Amino acid sequence: MQLEQMYQEIILDHYRNPHRHGLREPFDAESFQVNPTCGDEVTLRVRLVGSGTEATVADVSYAGQGCSISQAATSVLTDLVVGRPLQEALDKQAVFTELMEGRGQVEPDEDVLEDGVAFAGVAKYPMRVKCALLGWMAFRDAVSRVVDEVGAS
Amino acid sequence: MTVEPPGVRGSDTTQTGAGTAPAPLDVAALRADFPILRRTVRDERPLVYLDSGATSQRPTQVLDAERSFVETSNAAVHRGAHQLAEEATDAYEGARAKIARFVGVATNEIVFTKNATEGVNLVAYAMSNAATAGPEAERFRIGPGDEVVVSEMEHHANLVPWQQLCQRTGATLRWFGVTDEGRLDLSELDALINERTRVVAVTHQSNVLGTVNPLEAIVDRAHRVGAFVVLDACQSVPHGPVDFAAAGVDFAVFSGHKMLGPSGIGVLYGRHELLRAMPPFLTGGSMIELVHIDRSTFAEPPQRFEAGVPMTSQVVGLGAAVDYLSVVGMQRVSAHEHRLVERALRELSAVEGVRIIGPVDTENRGGAVSFVIDGVHPHDASQVMDDQGVEIRVGHHCAWPLHRRMGVPATIRASFYLYNELDEVTALVDAVREAQRFFAVTPTAG
Repeated sequence: MQLEQMYQEIILDHYRNPHRHGLREPFDAESFQVNPTCGDEVTLRVRLVGSGTEATVADVSYAGQGCSISQAATSVLTDLVVGRPLQEALDKQAVFTELMEGRGQVEPDEDVLEDGVAFAGVAKYPMRVKCALLGWMAFRDAVSRVVDEVGAS
Repeated sequence: MTVEPPGVRGSDTTQTGAGTAPAPLDVAALRADFPILRRTVRDERPLVYLDSGATSQRPTQVLDAERSFVETSNAAVHRGAHQLAEEATDAYEGARAKIARFVGVATNEIVFTKNATEGVNLVAYAMSNAATAGPEAERFRIGPGDEVVVSEMEHHANLVPWQQLCQRTGATLRWFGVTDEGRLDLSELDALINERTRVVAVTHQSNVLGTVNPLEAIVDRAHRVGAFVVLDACQSVPHGPVDFAAAGVDFAVFSGHKMLGPSGIGVLYGRHELLRAMPPFLTGGSMIELVHIDRSTFAEPPQRFEAGVPMTSQVVGLGAAVDYLSVVGMQRVSAHEHRLVERALRELSAVEGVRIIGPVDTENRGGAVSFVIDGVHPHDASQVMDDQGVEIRVGHHCAWPLHRRMGVPATIRASFYLYNELDEVTALVDAVREAQRFFAVTPTAG
């Protein structure tokens, strides 16, 4: 059954016990993103140390309401970017986005995406791709408010 | 062209036993008219289509009417003098007459639009345009100090155009609240609709709650203070007998695709006296009387509001849909859906962890049931239910303020139509339980 492919145990674990959940101080920028088709929303804060794209992602904190896919994807996002150089975080965003927009045809790279590979099954459901990308859109948007070289999308 | 639905046996006039209860529908026979209902989804599951509130399915009679029109009489209507133009115009205007009769109004009170949303915008923009139109449009002018009244349960289509009208003109938007039970709160009726009110725009039946609103009190009060009533009838006209003239509303909108008809066709009703005085929204070909290089005058309604070559096969298709529904009988459609909703409310309420959003009784209530499941986000529930072949809608259903009012970010909505069977309510409830099981929130599983 395809349902189990979509809702892998990793996703349900992140949903039930989200990592780094909650909004924290200090932060450099905050982004509020909403999925207008379903009303899911996320507020996400980014704390960067260092300047420009040389910076390191010191913290990502978030709150919001949404389905298991959007909540788990945001939890995984924090695992992938916190403590990493900003450029590496942005590269991961590009790889994750490519996976999600690949209609299930893109082979996920576990070295880059770690738990994020669990979302490969979601890519087969086009209506749910936005859910998985909501937190990442907020991350990109927040970073773009601090780092001039990074565009909002 | 008259459509005889082969699936239809008897009609409203066929009475069973004593009283006035309409004869029940032969749903199995009706379903044979809807090819899509025979398909399977997701690993060969039978399709349980419970999303007719979003869009309904179309019987072959509607498809045949459209196809036959295009194959035999297709031409631009109200143009040209050749035989095809004549036949196409007759088909288009013939459908207008049928649709008018279906909702109890005169033929020249029916305006075709792209969809119901465009119908609401047409009225709202005509009111803006009244500012620069002639003296006959005086009654449509609106500005600072004037008020527009909507309700908290409106679909965005009957809310955003009025917000925008207020922003453009400086008028003030006010709204009816909704009670915890999901009914319109009329306790402030006289204060809310007052001498400053120019428009009262409300839904006949909530697309989320299923609530049917009491029009009489609203229409009476609005007319006492000289305000227009604009009715969103998208969820009422497809599901039961509706008579706009008897209801006394000034304008009303509904859409073809929610009543077995094609998409891309909406209907605006306006009282003729009002349409005659109202300035146009979209301008261009077909809607004019005289055109000079620097100025124009406009045609009488309804042509004044139908600029450009209109949707023709869609109108013919909607005419066929109205024929189909008329043969079935709207009393019977309504009674059938009542049975489905009664069972859905009863069986869903019996599932621990399920909460109905909207009236839990069947009085003044139509064929949509929205609910939430404790511990399962509607989007996730939808995925599991879809896996069972049960196609329901989740989200805010274009009624975001209503969801805020009811304290939920999103709901699951099952909406019924004449082709749904009682067994499909059972499939719905089973799918809800499966979602609970999948996400391990069944009470027994802790």
